[in-house]
Amino acid sequence: MMKKIRILIAKPGLDGHDRGAKYVARALKDAGYEVIYTGIRQTPDAIVKTAIQEDVDFIGLSLLSGAHNELFPKVVELLKSKNADDIIVFGGGVIPESDIPGLKENGIRAVFTPGTPIKDIIAYIESAK
Amino acid sequence: MSKDEHFQKRRKDWEDTTVKKTTDRFPERKTEFATSSWIPADRIDIPESGDFDNYSDKLGFPGEYPYTRGVQPTMYRGRFWTMRQYAGFGTAEESNERYKFLLEQGQTGLSIAFDLPTQIGYDSDDPIAEGEVGKVGVAIDTIEDMEILFDGIPLDKVSTSMTINAPAAVLLAMYVAVAEKQGVSRDKLTGTIQNDILKEYMARGTYIFPPKPSLRLITNIFEYCSAEVPKWNTISISGYHIREAGSTAVQEIAFTLANGIEYVKAALKVGMDIDSFADRLSFFFNAHNDLLEEVAKFRAARRIWAKVMKEKFNAQKPTSMMLRFHTQTGGSTLTAQQPDNNIVRVAIQTLAAVLGGTQSLHTNSRDEALGLPTEDSVRIALRTQQIVAHESGVTNSIDPLAGSYTIEKLTDTIEAQAWHYLNKIEDIGGMVRAIENGYVQKEIQDAAYRYQQEVESGERVVVGVNKFTIKENPPSDILKVDPKLRDLQINKLSEIKKLRNNENVTQKLNELRLAAQDPDINLMPTIVAAVKEYATLGEICNILREVFGEYQESIVL
Repeated sequence: MMKKIRILIAKPGLDGHDRGAKYVARALKDAGYEVIYTGIRQTPDAIVKTAIQEDVDFIGLSLLSGAHNELFPKVVELLKSKNADDIIVFGGGVIPESDIPGLKENGIRAVFTPGTPIKDIIAYIESAK
Repeated sequence: MSKDEHFQKRRKDWEDTTVKKTTDRFPERKTEFATSSWIPADRIDIPESGDFDNYSDKLGFPGEYPYTRGVQPTMYRGRFWTMRQYAGFGTAEESNERYKFLLEQGQTGLSIAFDLPTQIGYDSDDPIAEGEVGKVGVAIDTIEDMEILFDGIPLDKVSTSMTINAPAAVLLAMYVAVAEKQGVSRDKLTGTIQNDILKEYMARGTYIFPPKPSLRLITNIFEYCSAEVPKWNTISISGYHIREAGSTAVQEIAFTLANGIEYVKAALKVGMDIDSFADRLSFFFNAHNDLLEEVAKFRAARRIWAKVMKEKFNAQKPTSMMLRFHTQTGGSTLTAQQPDNNIVRVAIQTLAAVLGGTQSLHTNSRDEALGLPTEDSVRIALRTQQIVAHESGVTNSIDPLAGSYTIEKLTDTIEAQAWHYLNKIEDIGGMVRAIENGYVQKEIQDAAYRYQQEVESGERVVVGVNKFTIKENPPSDILKVDPKLRDLQINKLSEIKKLRNNENVTQKLNELRLAAQDPDINLMPTIVAAVKEYATLGEICNILREVFGEYQESIVL
């Protein structure tokens, strides 16, 4: 039997807008994945630690404060430094279109902006796993 | 007197007493109000016949218990709501410029957005502040930032609303100290601090301390303001963020009023008299697209609060029973797709707030699902309010939707469902318990999930998102905050730390630690003394963290 895909939904930064993160977490769980949610206000360090401990395949980062350019790449960097860069990082939130290429260059493999249907996220996970 | 004559007689009583008392002091904007085709518009319209007692119990007259039809006797015939746009970003200098722009555009009150480190009590140089400095609001580290923020804005001439919760005491202390430097006495200061910690645990997330010491800080502020800053609204009990988190309209008002009840209980517990603080409590709600439901929601909230204050807490002063509220249009209803459509959504929501009798209003800008609003977008948002105020005619008669079968039925239904929640929370043992055991969060999340599933399935149409979509180019003019800003702010902070009298700072912080350890001491005077010595927000909050500990989120999924 194939191992179930494990996904960590995490909120780096200081914003408390967790509606989207919680929705994605619950919807992915309903779609049959193993999902762990960190809660709000997590440092990149804490997120990476949890990801490694929980042996996840994906990390989904959610941020709505505008700190994504600083904090998303930091998570990828830390994963690399811990030899855990097989974990795929994607992100979402209020992220201007113009920031997406830069995030992708820094190892954020996909960015989902407001209004994305959950099936698009599932399709991405299925294609990237 | 026939039964039906009661209506006209009571109306005359109301005109002769309640209305006259107000108009003697504050005349209405015009001597006569009329529609655009010159049909006279009466102050209020009431039934000509019917069940008078039922009408009196449920609706009454504006400015009279149970305040369903509005808290002021003349409402917008006296003056329009306060048009107050929430703004702030980057440095204090940049935000100061935006405030002056807004005041020039006819805005009548300020509303300060602080960045997240400030809201959670961290200085800009704290490692945890990385990426967040100046992003969603202005960065404030010391009283110097606050002085720059209000430079050239006389604090006795504007009312200022500050969205600050966990460290509200510190920001209020800074405001009071800046006013003092401007030569403005405390009793002239008007404005609001949000200061509503319970909804932070529940929905918004900028908490620092656990509930008990947090409630102490809140009651310390109530007491301090009651004596020193009597015109200040000491709390803005907020349903806005509960709604943004995905709650229903019913949950929004039920959980907000339940929080209000908790604050009242906390103040009574420290020995305050209900009528000494209740009239300084204010509320803050959301306005969504479902126009009639929203109007009914505001009316139901007023009626419930009046009953709670009168019957549960035995308040005597009418002003203690009045639910006064600020409204912001619904951020979560804005779409990143076809952002100009948001102008229309905001216009509907503006109408909802105004037909619901709001005291002040923030209208969101069309581009807020994309980032910080540009000046052009902010202007349109403000113009939307001005059009509703000056052109729509809905301000001519008070509570003009009253008596509509649909509105009255919705008002009654929302009230009944909200009471159901209030009783349930009472059974759980109050709001703190209901948050700690995750009950409230779960209720909100279930509603949010259901909503989103309906959007996903197409059962609920969101124009431009799941229907009527077009291919769009990414928007070009999005306001961005300079990432260098944190360095600027850190340099400023280290300069201040060099220039200030550090011995005095240490002494004030030690005094604060001692005061915090004694739950019977009011912390406000000590905090005011500390900010005057240029103690930083982070230093003050760290002392309190040390004594009070920090809140841990109860994660509910």
